[in-house]
Amino acid sequence: MDIIQIVTLGIIASILYILLKDMRGPFAFIILLITGIAIFLAIISQIGAIIRLIESLGQKAAINTMYIETILKIIGIAYITELGASITKDAGLGAVASKIELAGKIFILLLAIPIISAVVEAILNFLPSV
Amino acid sequence: MLSDASILFQIAGIGIIVALIHTILKQMGKEEIAQFVTLLGFIIVLVVVINGLSDLFQQIRSVFLFQG
Repeated sequence: MDIIQIVTLGIIASILYILLKDMRGPFAFIILLITGIAIFLAIISQIGAIIRLIESLGQKAAINTMYIETILKIIGIAYITELGASITKDAGLGAVASKIELAGKIFILLLAIPIISAVVEAILNFLPSV
Repeated sequence: MLSDASILFQIAGIGIIVALIHTILKQMGKEEIAQFVTLLGFIIVLVVVINGLSDLFQQIRSVFLFQG
């Protein structure tokens, strides 16, 4: 049961955080950072299995691999952005966190450009030419 | 999972010991050395954290972005 291990890790991390928060130094924040990294590392191999499932489903449905690849990249960017933004927000830098989120949104939009233009072109093909 | 938890305890231990040394040195009146000890402990912990962070980013890159 991996989930019990993860929850235990979170509880231990919060106890250590409370212990270290009153002391001097930046170690309490580093406890937060390491906990986030550890939990993410624990789940990322499972995410890999799910992604392989999505890929095989897409191949069976004969979907263009470019679209699936773009979607997976967007999910990856969303995960990384979420991690960075939450860690930055925990450190007390809310403004930087919102800038990181903005950057994540911009990059997601940038990756979606080929799909959006493909959709627009498909719609234009439906329209009768003037 | 087990090694990750041990990293957590390592960092907490380093933090407690560094805070202890800092307090003792401050009581002895050696402010500069106390600051230096804190900086050193921070750098030691930072090396561990950066190793973990690079590991995480490598994993994310290999899972999501299809690059090595």
